[in-house]
Amino acid sequence: MPSTAPRVGFFVTCLVDLMRPSVGFAAVKLLEDAGCRVEVPAEQTCCGQPAYNSGDRADAIALAKQVIAAFEGFDYVVAPSGSCAGMIREHYPRLFAGDAAWEGRARRLAERTYELTAFLVDVLDVEGVAARLAATVTYHDACSGLRELGVKAQPRRLLAAVDGLTVKESAMAETCCGFGGTFCVKYPEISERMVDTKAEDLMATGADMVLAGDLGCLLNIAGRLKRKGSAMQARHVAEVLAGSLDAPAIGEPGRKP
Amino acid sequence: MDATSQRFRDNARGALADGRLKESLASFTKTFPEKRQKVIDRLPEFDALRDEGVSIKNHVLANLDFYLERFEAKAAAAGTKIHWCRDAAEARETILAICRSAGARTVTKSKSMIGEEIAINEFLEANGVRPVETDLGEYIIQVRGESPSHILVPAIHLKGPDIAETFREKHTALPAGRALDQPEAILREARTVLRGEFLAADVGLTGANMLVAETGSIVVVTNEGNADLVMSLPKVHVAVASLEKVVPTLEDAATILRLLARSATGQDITAYTTFATGPKRPGDPDGPDEFHIVLMDNGRTAMLGGEFRDMLRCIRCGACLNHCPVYAGIGGHAYGWVYSGPMGSVLTPSLLGAHKADDLPNASTFCGKCEQVCPMRIPLPAMMRHLRERQFVSGGPAAKGRGALKLWAFLARRPALYRRAMALGVGLLAILGRGRGRFRRLPLASAWTGPRDLPAPEGRTFQSLWAERRRGKPASRSRTEGRP
Repeated sequence: MPSTAPRVGFFVTCLVDLMRPSVGFAAVKLLEDAGCRVEVPAEQTCCGQPAYNSGDRADAIALAKQVIAAFEGFDYVVAPSGSCAGMIREHYPRLFAGDAAWEGRARRLAERTYELTAFLVDVLDVEGVAARLAATVTYHDACSGLRELGVKAQPRRLLAAVDGLTVKESAMAETCCGFGGTFCVKYPEISERMVDTKAEDLMATGADMVLAGDLGCLLNIAGRLKRKGSAMQARHVAEVLAGSLDAPAIGEPGRKP
Repeated sequence: MDATSQRFRDNARGALADGRLKESLASFTKTFPEKRQKVIDRLPEFDALRDEGVSIKNHVLANLDFYLERFEAKAAAAGTKIHWCRDAAEARETILAICRSAGARTVTKSKSMIGEEIAINEFLEANGVRPVETDLGEYIIQVRGESPSHILVPAIHLKGPDIAETFREKHTALPAGRALDQPEAILREARTVLRGEFLAADVGLTGANMLVAETGSIVVVTNEGNADLVMSLPKVHVAVASLEKVVPTLEDAATILRLLARSATGQDITAYTTFATGPKRPGDPDGPDEFHIVLMDNGRTAMLGGEFRDMLRCIRCGACLNHCPVYAGIGGHAYGWVYSGPMGSVLTPSLLGAHKADDLPNASTFCGKCEQVCPMRIPLPAMMRHLRERQFVSGGPAAKGRGALKLWAFLARRPALYRRAMALGVGLLAILGRGRGRFRRLPLASAWTGPRDLPAPEGRTFQSLWAERRRGKPASRSRTEGRP
């Protein structure tokens, strides 16, 4: 660890902010346990990816500028999502290519932006976590994290440190679940086939739980698993790594008071 | 073929309902990627080879006029006649004129995507010339009156029993009681029928995987050897190719061949790789008396000057189809034209016009697998996104749902308002979903809840909880009721 704790701007992502704040707190705990000073700029909303991938370049640029302005003062930007981190890291510099005022700022932010598990392992060199879970889990490699940021070994390395946990790989761990942002509602029938293939593949592992680093995929996968009547639980990898398992698994009812 | 790409949604729905297609696609999209991976694992320099392939193609595209003229000069010196054609109509007329001057009644063909692109079979038939496909897959779909569902494996949507049924129906001269339950029997029957066609043909028509500027040769690869019979038995040979198929040297051709077979079928090299240069020379034991090459633009030079130039590096290996999870769900026919999968989603709008293929660039999750496996490193998702940007401006499907997107963006650009509105919204949703933790049905969210449940939000936003934590209040995040 450096002598001064790195100042991390936590990009919570809109899905975690709205749907599952417990993932955000789990991520913050992991970062703080690893010695970071975590701050959450209030001016953050969305990274702009839905607009960007829908062809709405103007709004994508406006939202990207908002993110850059809110986060450029930090040592690092960390998001519990390969998709949003990929947007900032890979696509912001492209969005502003040729824009003298913004290209440099976008590039400097991009270089300091990480997906959560990649940041913990690659930057902070975290080797262990103080979590325990007696379960067999399988890991779904969300597309952007995997292919844009090379997130593959990092979550597995951290999961290997969870006491009692067994990771069982599925055959199609790297295959898209069919979420694809607005794709899942624009082409619901195709998305259904994709998420059904994914659910079958995950269920074939016999694992108790599926983990991933992106809430979009997890909402899709959990929703299909529930629709199929599967008992397999779905959680964000940060919840397991932080030992934050108080919240019911995704799509499951809360404990009766 | 008439493009049905505008009916993509209906096509896809039909495909998804086809149980047999599901089976074929499941096995195909598993075995092809596995074979590719195996063969690439044996070649440590594969990625370096890709870089070399990309730079060859980029160099050609930057100097296309030079290499085409050089190719023409070399081919002409070998006795080949080059026909420059602006578009599909000119190419069809040119090929028909060659057939007529040869007095042709039967034309044997080896598989050619350009042949499909210009719909040469329909045109020749309408003009009294009988085209016969000689690639097994192409032959099957020709006798069934279908179009290819994959650029490489045209009959991948069919299974053995489908083909046996078709052969019984079409090959009426053969004994009705013959066994056709083994693939070998189907193959043997096609061979027998095609043998006669090879010998009877007056003109042979092939595509070209590459055109070699250095020698004026065409390169044709097959696994069946049928192209060699198509090229060497008839008196007249016609090869039809689009402009971007030219490569500078034989060595460049070899580099691309090494990428092609591995990416396409997971082979080190295809069973037959044929370099053909001009007609039969005095003393040659065989070969055609006339050798024609139809060099067709059909939209390529327009792509060369625009944002889709990288697409011209495509060598038609089909790797992007084989690895695409959307293609794996719906197969090739749903895309509605010759080219399917990710490459088709860029090529079809580029060649037919964006208004003829509105859905194609949208029907992708941008999972990035296509770009990952493309031997030519074509940025397929970026190009699809670019097509979406054009639609957003001009009003295609990318612009549908614009209202919701604009509302979202409006809020997202006003953080304080966004925080209040979202806290209210998720709080309400959490109350509604409290019992089950998820929704089976939800008004305005039917596209989500059709195939899958919607997990309910926890109830508070992270932002509001974080603000409480900073103010020193205990974060009550297990609460499910929402009070912003």
